[in-house]
Amino acid sequence: MTYSGGRMLLSSQREGQVSRFNVWVTILVPLLALLFQIYVPLFFRFLSFLEMPLLVVVYLGLMRRNPVSGLLVGAAVGLAQDSWSKNPLGMFGITKTLVGYFAASIGMKLDVDNVLMRFLLAFFFYVFHQAFYWVMERALLSQLSPFDLPGWLGLGVLNALVGAALFHFLDKLRVTA
Amino acid sequence: MESFLNRYRNITVLLLVIFAQLVLLAVQVKNDQDVRFIRVWTVTAVSPLARLVEGMRGSSISFVHNYITLHDADAQNRRLQAEVDRLKLDNIFLTNELNTADRAKALQLFQQHTPSKTLAASVFSMGIGSSRKVVYVDRGSASGVMREMAVVIPDGIVGKVTAVYLTSSEVLLITDPMFAAGVVSGKTHAHGTLKGTGTPLCKVDFVAFEDKVEPGDWFYTSGDDRIFPRGLPVGVVKSVRPAQPYKEITLDPSGMSRGLEDVLIVVEGVHQEIPDTPPANQPVYLAPAPPPLAPPPGSVNSGVTGAADGSAAPAPAHAAPGTEADKARALYRNAADGAGIVLGGGATGMERTDRPPDFTKLPVDPRTAVPGRGTAAPAAVPIPAPKKGTGAPVETKGTGPVELKPPPDEVRRANQAAGGPGGLPRP
Repeated sequence: MTYSGGRMLLSSQREGQVSRFNVWVTILVPLLALLFQIYVPLFFRFLSFLEMPLLVVVYLGLMRRNPVSGLLVGAAVGLAQDSWSKNPLGMFGITKTLVGYFAASIGMKLDVDNVLMRFLLAFFFYVFHQAFYWVMERALLSQLSPFDLPGWLGLGVLNALVGAALFHFLDKLRVTA
Repeated sequence: MESFLNRYRNITVLLLVIFAQLVLLAVQVKNDQDVRFIRVWTVTAVSPLARLVEGMRGSSISFVHNYITLHDADAQNRRLQAEVDRLKLDNIFLTNELNTADRAKALQLFQQHTPSKTLAASVFSMGIGSSRKVVYVDRGSASGVMREMAVVIPDGIVGKVTAVYLTSSEVLLITDPMFAAGVVSGKTHAHGTLKGTGTPLCKVDFVAFEDKVEPGDWFYTSGDDRIFPRGLPVGVVKSVRPAQPYKEITLDPSGMSRGLEDVLIVVEGVHQEIPDTPPANQPVYLAPAPPPLAPPPGSVNSGVTGAADGSAAPAPAHAAPGTEADKARALYRNAADGAGIVLGGGATGMERTDRPPDFTKLPVDPRTAVPGRGTAAPAAVPIPAPKKGTGAPVETKGTGPVELKPPPDEVRRANQAAGGPGGLPRP
């Protein structure tokens, strides 16, 4: 199988290669993403649209292809993000748990090394993340946030673009067998 | 179980993590009523289970109480049945008392508006061991009763006095074969002689063949016999058979249709006109108790409804009107009213709240005491009062027609129309 062939679906799970990362990578990368999410917008406000923790969770989930691992990473990153936000603990945690789980599940079926696929998945999970968070805000916090689907789609494209580049950088941190 | 967890390990872990974070959220977040979601969700989740458990517990206790301890219910059922039976008997007794009082009231009204002088009497015995149809009343020569005096009730004639004793009299009923009285048809004024047959029906003899008499016609006393004043109702024709030289007419006596308990003895008859129309079913209007009036100075409490000269004399306020039954009725009604009970209503005849009226604590008055349950109280209305200086009783004198208004109580009217179980059986 070659990427130049343009195939996006794997014929079997064996075709999917499980990427491995060092422990310090799985800890440091999410932490850096969180720090980026917290501090960078303070100095560069125009970068506040970036959802770096989400992109990291999506990447780790897609590449490790392990749902349990993906959801645990998502829960940890989400809870950490909640702890630095004004929201109750669990809002981002639940959302990113689902994102990590679904990303890992999809990663077993799709060729996640494809750039276009990465772009689409990053876009999809960003919109899913925003929509699910909106639902939880209304259901649990009774906050009537606007359902800004066009805004989500636009920001989703930007985040997908950044995500595609980020994923390419993170590929360098994979442990080669 | 282990294979199940292995097979669904991913989704199980996902649900656990989601659930844990939901709990974490519920601990922090409050709803609109400022109640934490963890409490709301817990109560919502536990309440159906608690309700189910409570329902099972209640059902179990109810089952034990209703089915295992049924012997208590059976005993209670018997106790309640006995109480219902006792209340039914009480109701029958009180209904009889009311019916007796109603009949006495009707007698008093008739006594007031009939022009003849009458004397109220109560039937206390029937002729025993004799084929004759006689009864005994509690008025005798001491009350001024004499032989051949007419005995009537508002519905019609009853008989005549055939023997007089000191305190009682023998009355020969119109159903006795030895009885005879002059009668006249109300429609055609055909004269005849009323005779008893020994049965509940009478016959009218000596009605000429050419006289027109039809079933349903009323006969009245003609006054020819010098016993019954003219114009008193006798009965309605039941059948007419043409015969020579006189018709064979069977009459249903109206005065015997409801049993005998209280009667009026005509001590001085006044003839009346023969009515053209048959007497209607005369309703009895029981007026409310009169307001208390001060007795006129110097008046004598004679208990007589009419003075000897025919002028109306108001009854003393403190004297209960009517017979002993009236007084007994007033006593029972007062006792029931005091207990907040409506007599004559409800399944057992008494609408009550907690307990029956205590009839054992009625005020004891020699003039109002009831001699015994279910026994006919001796009629004492009017109570004869001795004439000044002579000691002779004063007979009743009517005061003219009184307006009869529709009865206010349909139940009592129906009871009266039915004759009531308290009267003596029809001879």
